[in-house]
Amino acid sequence: MPSVPPARTRPRGARAAERVVGRNVLRREGREKLTGQAIYVADLAVDDAWWGTTVRAPHARARILAIERDPGYDWSRAVVVLAADLERRGYANVAHLIHDDQPFLAASVVEHAEEPVALVAAPSREEAERAAAHLRIRYEPLEPLLDFEGSRASFASYAIDKGDLARGFAAAATVLEGVYRFGAQEHAYIEPNGMIAWPSRDGVRRVQGSMQCPFYVVHALARLFREPEAAIRVVQTTTGGGFGGKEEYPNLIAGHAALLADACGRPVRLLYDRAEDMAATTRRHPGRVRHRSGLDSDGRLLALEIDVRLDAGAYATLSPVVLSRAVLHAAGPYRCANVRITGTAVKTNTPPNGAFRGFGVPQVAFALERHLDRLAAAAALDPVELRRRNLLADGETTATGQAVADAGASRQALAAALSRSRWRSTRRAHAAYNRRHPTRRRGLGLACYFHGSGFTGNGEIRLGSVAAVELAPGGRVRVLASSTEMGQGTRTVFAQIVAETLGLPYERIETVDPDTAEVPDSGPTVASRTVAVVGRIVADAARELDRALAARVGRPPGRRWTVATFERAARRHLAAGGERRFEARFANPAGQRFDDRAYRGDAYATYAWAATVVEVEVDLVSFEVEVRRVVSAQDVGRAIHPRLAAGQLEGGLAQALGWGLFEEVVMREGRMVNAQLTNYVLPTAIETPPIELAILERPFAHGPFGAKGIGELPMDGGAPAAVNAVAAALGVDLTEIPATPERIAAAWFARPPQERGA
Amino acid sequence: MKLRLIVDGRPVALEAPPMKRLLDLLRDDLGATGTKEGCGEGECGACAVLLDGELVNSCLVPVCQADGREIATVEGLAGSDGTLHPLQQAFWETGGAQCGICTPGMLMAAAALLARDPAPSESAIRTALAGNLCRCTGYVKIVEAVAVAARRMRRASPRRRAGARRGPVSRR
Ligand code: FES
Ligand code: FES
Repeated sequence: MPSVPPARTRPRGARAAERVVGRNVLRREGREKLTGQAIYVADLAVDDAWWGTTVRAPHARARILAIERDPGYDWSRAVVVLAADLERRGYANVAHLIHDDQPFLAASVVEHAEEPVALVAAPSREEAERAAAHLRIRYEPLEPLLDFEGSRASFASYAIDKGDLARGFAAAATVLEGVYRFGAQEHAYIEPNGMIAWPSRDGVRRVQGSMQCPFYVVHALARLFREPEAAIRVVQTTTGGGFGGKEEYPNLIAGHAALLADACGRPVRLLYDRAEDMAATTRRHPGRVRHRSGLDSDGRLLALEIDVRLDAGAYATLSPVVLSRAVLHAAGPYRCANVRITGTAVKTNTPPNGAFRGFGVPQVAFALERHLDRLAAAAALDPVELRRRNLLADGETTATGQAVADAGASRQALAAALSRSRWRSTRRAHAAYNRRHPTRRRGLGLACYFHGSGFTGNGEIRLGSVAAVELAPGGRVRVLASSTEMGQGTRTVFAQIVAETLGLPYERIETVDPDTAEVPDSGPTVASRTVAVVGRIVADAARELDRALAARVGRPPGRRWTVATFERAARRHLAAGGERRFEARFANPAGQRFDDRAYRGDAYATYAWAATVVEVEVDLVSFEVEVRRVVSAQDVGRAIHPRLAAGQLEGGLAQALGWGLFEEVVMREGRMVNAQLTNYVLPTAIETPPIELAILERPFAHGPFGAKGIGELPMDGGAPAAVNAVAAALGVDLTEIPATPERIAAAWFARPPQERGA
Repeated sequence: MKLRLIVDGRPVALEAPPMKRLLDLLRDDLGATGTKEGCGEGECGACAVLLDGELVNSCLVPVCQADGREIATVEGLAGSDGTLHPLQQAFWETGGAQCGICTPGMLMAAAALLARDPAPSESAIRTALAGNLCRCTGYVKIVEAVAVAARRMRRASPRRRAGARRGPVSRR
């Protein structure tokens, strides 16, 4: 068990002395982004590059009978790559991830609509598309598996057991069951996916583009071309949003672009347009969660039985880890002695679902928080009171038996969200408003949730991430890490951490765009790990540098440098032939221990905690929901850059509201039929309400300056809070999201007329 | 067809098919890639520019409609000496730009708003930006940035404040 110390670990004095951490310094890459000078993949001028395009299957499942080139078309200015070509050239047709079951190109059977079947490149986009249209592909459609409930093909399943479930239920005064369903969600980053690849030159293949995880691309391409990783060089371009959507799918795009470059001997740009990006790339896993729970007569949870079922799509990709995180968060930040959680991720013939901010937690948090409101009603308890009685306190244990020293932060978050939202008086005001108003109803909803920082279980230990700092000319320090900037402020925060560790001004610290030829593998930019995990490694590397320079000039380490003393020490150090670069590797600072067979132990090194209150007004004619207000209290450990932290929380909450209320992926025959921003409704500045935040700071002793991971936390609980608010406003039962006007109307008219009171 | 237009104050003459998208003319022919494409269907606003001062989505404008007119893009917002426009500065300070892909369009939409309403209310700002999607920020800091810039611009040129009375008075 990691020894997580109580509330305030460092003396207040130390914190008061911090000069860079906790301040809203101007973010890096600001000027470029604001003046239009930042270069995104589509902006990159590449001489003599050809354009690539991907030919995709129109069927959810089919046998490929033949792929023929129209003999009437002039193929001299186009190249085509098929699965057979990969085989011929001895390449491995497998997109390396977890199960390695997804091909770069379908060979004989198509497993989902939009599956890549052929690649075409030509000197212009128009020519590439024209050539692609002259490929004649004959399919024999096969019966697809589209219903995830009926699927027996499981990619992964997990179980967590704690206590004695039967005894828990036997003693319960109230038992309630429920089934909660949730739809998929598009990432809808405003910059679609794209990659540019160069043919192998001097034994190195270069790929550049929009991505979260440059080393994932290195691993995937090394596997594809059966080359050593050093033969692959991946550079991230300025990335216009990711949210998980640029975690694993870019491996495929990079492979495709590299195959085309290989085939035509020129650089190839493969840029998706919006429709292709929406239809073909990953989405948040749809699925359902079943709950059965028992409450004693004091409103304390005695038994929680939870079954999670996620629709993985046609290939495993990241579904096993998404499911794992879902299962580990399914019981929420609550105390319960008797728990059984099971989960499975099943195959359907639909495009693979994948990583999306929250990574399985939004789904289980929706189910649990909605269920708790229903459970409170069944037990005639106030929903706030039910949570208050069951939220973890400091040192209490989660479903995996992990004792979490700062778990009481969940209670602090609840108290802060309630007081900021003036929960009680607002509810009274709503009751009066609802009695008075003929066609509008207001309601408040609440959700409490948590999110583990970093990879699950032993993931970080296995990953063993590395980061480095190096001495740059002029007494400056450069941070080297593969963590990508995609809006969150990675480079800014890393610079702050190094500046603070050394006592140097923020401006003295340089950061670079990840280029795998230059930076060490600090792991992927996912899982709320960039600050909490990689930030710590960066700080460790800076401490190595400090020790070396301090020893060089004979002073004790750990003291603040001035610009002048640092510059002098750096010069002396280098003149004496000292190292320029200092690396540090993840060392499990929290002493985390997890049994990945029994699913017991320290599932995460630390958790961030939150409570969110949403206020809505529902129109009884159109059943449209107006979100009037969001109040959210989130514990971030330490806000290294309060404004950037707030930006993460606000953006995540807005995405969560979108998923809960507006965004609906409509699938027909295994294809997304609303793959356009015209009919996939993203919240605009009008639908997105003002968001009030209370940022709480219970430091994580092993995070840099106490920081926890916060990228995903805000995505986890906005949807249930919003749906609970709608349910409270109308007195209806809602168990499926998105809670569109149609679903709300159906729930409303399902009530007996005398209860509708309108 | 032969086109003459003014892009960010520079006269430009070139040959292009009349139905070519203004967005492609800017990005491909003029290399002005500051203006972004997020959807190509008029929904996201990443491609927004001002056409004779009017906010348009350049992915929906055929170049024949831009002939003889003046186009303002994000690339012309800052002063020639590199001084950022108050909107750019405010976006930077408040955190209104995260990934930055929506930012060029947001800035142009905000500039169009402040040109007609130097003292917009929060709801006027939200309405003016409703054609521009941002997936990163939840709009909070963007709305704040526009309000901050509006205030600074009013302070910098008090004469414009008289005009502000036409619009609702900002409470910020
Ligand atoms: S690219 Fe023009 S509106 Fe989206
Ligand atoms: S800052 Fe990323 S879309 Fe707006």
